[in-house]
Amino acid sequence: MLKRFAEYLTYDIVRLEQGRLADALVFFTYDTIKIFFLLSVVIFFISILRSYFSPEKTRRILSHKKEFIGNILAALLGVATPFCSCSAVPLFIGFVEAGIPLGVTFSFLIASPMVNEIAVVLLWGLLGWKLTALYIGTGLIVAILSGIIIGRLRLEKWVEEYAYKIHIAENLETPNRTFRERIEYARHNTIDILERIWFFILIAIGIGGFIHGYVPEDFLLRYAGPDNLFAVPMAVIIGVPLYSNAAGVIPIVSALISKGLAVGTVLAFMMAVTALSLPEMIILRKVIKLPLLAVFIGIMTVTIILVGYLFNAIL
Amino acid sequence: MDIKILGPGCANCHKMEEMAKKAAADLGLKATIEKITDIAEIMKYTMSTPGLVINGKLRHSGKPLPDLEKVKELIRQEA
Repeated sequence: MLKRFAEYLTYDIVRLEQGRLADALVFFTYDTIKIFFLLSVVIFFISILRSYFSPEKTRRILSHKKEFIGNILAALLGVATPFCSCSAVPLFIGFVEAGIPLGVTFSFLIASPMVNEIAVVLLWGLLGWKLTALYIGTGLIVAILSGIIIGRLRLEKWVEEYAYKIHIAENLETPNRTFRERIEYARHNTIDILERIWFFILIAIGIGGFIHGYVPEDFLLRYAGPDNLFAVPMAVIIGVPLYSNAAGVIPIVSALISKGLAVGTVLAFMMAVTALSLPEMIILRKVIKLPLLAVFIGIMTVTIILVGYLFNAIL
Repeated sequence: MDIKILGPGCANCHKMEEMAKKAAADLGLKATIEKITDIAEIMKYTMSTPGLVINGKLRHSGKPLPDLEKVKELIRQEA
């Protein structure tokens, strides 16, 4: 139905001739409507769901957990718990102070940006639920594995000393909210997020539409297809500096897939964009020393590249 | 009235500060609004920023942010 509307708009209202420009416009209209609809609905419901979680609750749950089970729980809670990226440092200190193992804390911090609602909606809307499920699943596995490895390496000595000296107030209860308040919060949150990202998404879908209409079908197959061993590491290296715009990157990536970019390469690229961001590294540097930061980046990069190869090999 | 905004300084913290200022002005209250960016100082109250401390009491922490009406209500309760 949406598709028909996009075609109606392109051919009957704008009166374009069949061709590349028309293709691009159909693609653009269709994706824009679909994505914004999905974003509004999904962010709204996720916000309600998330209002039942808080960093304080998560800390309480994780404080008695051991390695492995702790890592799995931490990765899941990392997805569910709402927190502002600016509180990564206080959270880190709060977790460590509560006796949560370092590796478990990292599982939490890795999962959270990687499996975020915006990335999930865009993936789902543009690339279908199978790839979305694959992305969420592997994202969680990367978070769990990286956390376990960091835990095993016993790197506590590379946490800044002051982190252990800070004492936190104990009465950190978040007030109970009524269901109506939760809905009100969710509504606000949805509008807030959409206000922040709509422009990036439009531009990205625009570029996506352009690629869709103008770039030859097998263009990327030649350079970044499954047979090119360098494609995955290259995708990761390009992905790291591209922060904060999972929103902007995914529509472009979805167009690239239709031009032959391999799925594993795409997954690796998106994980690099969302999970390895320079601003977050700079923030984390305040509590962890350079060697630990380097180990963290190293482990993440290797795991993400492996995920890329794995999916290129099996899909 | 003494209002503290807790946060290392991101877009959300900034927004919280603006709302606190506007809320106090709209309510016609004289308030000193102070921004706390020091981690140790922040963590005396909470580990989820941005935080809103009114007269020494933590009234909001973390995401999602409250809206302006809610901030006014929180301030009025402490006034």
